[in-house]
Amino acid sequence: MNEKANKKIEKQARINERVRKIVIYFLLTLWGVLVLFPFYWMILTSVKGYGAYNSEYVPKFFTLSPTTANYITAFTAVPLAKYFFNTFIFTVITTLLMMVVVVLSAFAFARLDFRGKDIVFSLFLSLMMIPNELVIITNYVTITNLDLRNTFLGLVLPSVTSVFYIYLLKENFEQIPEELYKAAKVDGTSDFRYLVRVMLPISRPTIVTITILKVIECWNSYVWPRLITDDQNYFLVSNGIQEIRENGFGRENVPAMMAAVVVISVPLVVLFLIFRHKIMEGVARGGTKG
Amino acid sequence: MKIVLQHVTKRFPNRNKKIKDDVIAVNDFNFEIPDGKLIGLLGPSGCGKSTALNLICGLEKPSEGRIFFGDTDVTDLPPEHRGVGLVFQNYALYPHLTVRENIRFPLENLRGAKKLSKEEMEKKVQEAAKLVQIQDLLDRRPNEMSGGQQQRVAIARALVKRPQVLLLDEPLSNLDARLRLQTREELKRIQVETGITTVFVTHDQEEAMSISDTIVVMKDGVLQQMGLPQDIYDEPVNLFVASFLGTPQINTFTGEIKDEKVYIGDAAVLDAKGIADGDVYVAIRPEGFIIDENGPLECDFLNREVMGRDTSFVATHPLFVGENIRAIIPSEETKTAVDGKIRFSLKPKKVCVFDGVTRERIML
Amino acid sequence: MKKNLTAWLCLLPAIAFLGVFMVYPLVDVLIYSFEEGYNFASQTFWGTGFYNYSYVLHDPYFIQALKNTFIIVIITVPLSTGIALLISLGLSSIKALRDFFQTVYFLPYVTNTLAVGLVFMILFKKTAYSDGLVSLLIQLFGGPSVDFIDGPYWAKMFVMCFYTIWIVMPFKILILTSALASVNPMFYKAAQVDATPKWRIFYKITLPMISPMVFYLIITGFIGAFKAYSDEVALFGTDLNAAGMNTIVGYVYDMLYGNSGGYPSYASAAALILFSIVFTITTINLMVSRKTVHYQ
Repeated sequence: MNEKANKKIEKQARINERVRKIVIYFLLTLWGVLVLFPFYWMILTSVKGYGAYNSEYVPKFFTLSPTTANYITAFTAVPLAKYFFNTFIFTVITTLLMMVVVVLSAFAFARLDFRGKDIVFSLFLSLMMIPNELVIITNYVTITNLDLRNTFLGLVLPSVTSVFYIYLLKENFEQIPEELYKAAKVDGTSDFRYLVRVMLPISRPTIVTITILKVIECWNSYVWPRLITDDQNYFLVSNGIQEIRENGFGRENVPAMMAAVVVISVPLVVLFLIFRHKIMEGVARGGTKG
Repeated sequence: MKIVLQHVTKRFPNRNKKIKDDVIAVNDFNFEIPDGKLIGLLGPSGCGKSTALNLICGLEKPSEGRIFFGDTDVTDLPPEHRGVGLVFQNYALYPHLTVRENIRFPLENLRGAKKLSKEEMEKKVQEAAKLVQIQDLLDRRPNEMSGGQQQRVAIARALVKRPQVLLLDEPLSNLDARLRLQTREELKRIQVETGITTVFVTHDQEEAMSISDTIVVMKDGVLQQMGLPQDIYDEPVNLFVASFLGTPQINTFTGEIKDEKVYIGDAAVLDAKGIADGDVYVAIRPEGFIIDENGPLECDFLNREVMGRDTSFVATHPLFVGENIRAIIPSEETKTAVDGKIRFSLKPKKVCVFDGVTRERIML
Repeated sequence: MKKNLTAWLCLLPAIAFLGVFMVYPLVDVLIYSFEEGYNFASQTFWGTGFYNYSYVLHDPYFIQALKNTFIIVIITVPLSTGIALLISLGLSSIKALRDFFQTVYFLPYVTNTLAVGLVFMILFKKTAYSDGLVSLLIQLFGGPSVDFIDGPYWAKMFVMCFYTIWIVMPFKILILTSALASVNPMFYKAAQVDATPKWRIFYKITLPMISPMVFYLIITGFIGAFKAYSDEVALFGTDLNAAGMNTIVGYVYDMLYGNSGGYPSYASAAALILFSIVFTITTINLMVSRKTVHYQ
């Protein structure tokens, strides 16, 4: 080892490190731009005037005269507020109902002893492999035969159970130390009181995770609502946007369309920006435990 | 390869962002590790000893100061060019590779003139495995082995490329008591056999004392004392070193020097010729007590613990610092029944006196 | 006994819903697929056999959908997983701006696929007023004017794959960054002390250690891509057959509902064909992973 060679090595190491950093930041920024650009474009287009937009053969990357006219059009020309309201109701009802069903089942599997528990649980698990696409055909027929098309009930019913979430929550419940249950029993706590006062609070992170995942799923659901509703009064935002695209505003009113898109995207994006750590953590947990 | 640290300081930004001051993990270190020795870096947890090891290894760069290997300045040299072997506390064995692949891993990194053929690699792997006596385990995976075996693999991996310096971070802390004893002897044997300058970090003073050629005692990032194990035990430079080394712990009393005598309360326990009056700490090794009906130090007897060869007398004293006094007396000298009070005289060589304020040693 | 009753009462809602909307349909779809000439209105059929399967497999629209689906799967799964791995590696090697980048990268996950699809359509579509931004950019570099939405097949497929990758990236990046973060840094230090080159650290240490997650993403990626549908609708509208961009799932829905709908038997047969494809590929994947993936 000699000093001179070492100096050279040190210098080379420093240069390599710097080059590496520059390349990394460049690539990360590139993907960042690719992700953000559509968002920028939709906001930009939504504030361009109808005339101004259509006169730009080469679209401008900024506008000097932003307008809110498109937003007014979006809410008046199509029942956007109605779609919004429908989606909100749909999301709340589905999530709440599912939570009840999921919590009760997870509780039964984790805490209660009954004959056939293992068999029933394995049956549940095996249902996890069944893709939605396979059962949706019959469900469509069932709901149609029950005369539940174009009703909230019809929209909600098939998606209020999730074996995956039952599994997730059951695992979580089972991690609660047995001593807590025994202590509660000694104090004369009933099983249900124990569930509400002890198990649910302790499992809050998982409950939050499940709620987040379900809300995102509801807000973006498209296929089932499309099958089950053809009355605009029951359209959710996804179907609304598709309707707008095919029939609304006249085909070429792109700025109004973009205004509708912005309005639809805002709630979840805002929710995400506020709770981003919770949401990302939740998706990572929910996504990898399966 | 001798290792020299000159005024080495390492600061970390405080984790609590509200506090602007940096955390000083290693403060103005100066020492020289002689070639071919086994050095124990000893200190309580959080004293910066692992940081010191990382600095020598190159995983951390010092904020100030220089580090030399031999006569070469390696301060800014990345670890991969320093020619060091490092054994991690948790061994850092790659779980997806077999023992053979783990040990061979560093060899496969060699490039250019140093590049080895498959046969040469296998030969070196075999040599290293033989050195740590794991020849029969080469095809296992780390999770199929005991902690002690994993430890050996980790050492073999660190040694296989013949480093100039071997560094071990808490090498024995993950082993059970029996294995620890066995492995530390093993460590000593390997070091002697290879003659590689070896530095290991530990918080266990017994471990450090038993195998080190030299001990470096640290506290709060500051080097306290460096020397032969026996020297540090017998002649600690301050109260911290005195109480950190030795089990049971040294017995510390508050006392004072008055009229050239050392007092604990009213009891004059030692002469202190030519020393100015003042408050002091008097620290007595457990083996420094002699049961003596006429001894100056009177304590309240609590109970005795028989340990076979020795007997430990547990007692209290109002000026004692800490819980209970422990005096270790050879069993044949303890036949007399004791009840209520017990009186000791002291072996002067086993007593150290420290300044009441600076806690530095006062040489009597 | 009382405990038994409580338990079954708790499970009742789940069992009822699963029974009606999962188990019964599963049996039913099988039956449908073998009922020949099923009439939706009168709920009658004139025979049983494999005719539905044969019809579907000979339907040019289905062949087209099959082809499209396979192309999407083969292009998007490796590409998205690879790019996500690159990005995650980049993310885990930086400190400054890391949180910002992670937040930005996750945005597509929380946006409505249909809505953002419209933006992509605008960016790629050629209209009477404008060639579309992307096409204009291509022309800027001397390329031809291309309509990616109503133009040639390869162009449509390009947008399709691009959008699919854009949509699936957030999840993959998230999973891979947390997988990378869970690798004990001690291994990297050990490798560094042993003078291991960066690429070798990646290939020999990082990749084996995160391999379970990579395989998980590949498997779920395959399953997800085989079920591609709403991304297509977002870009090309509901009449995917006309656009030549239909997928297997799209074919199922078209058979069931809409202008060409009313044939639950064909839909069932197509759905079961899809299911068997996905099942086979997942099984193969699992077999490969058992051989190559390191599980601790």
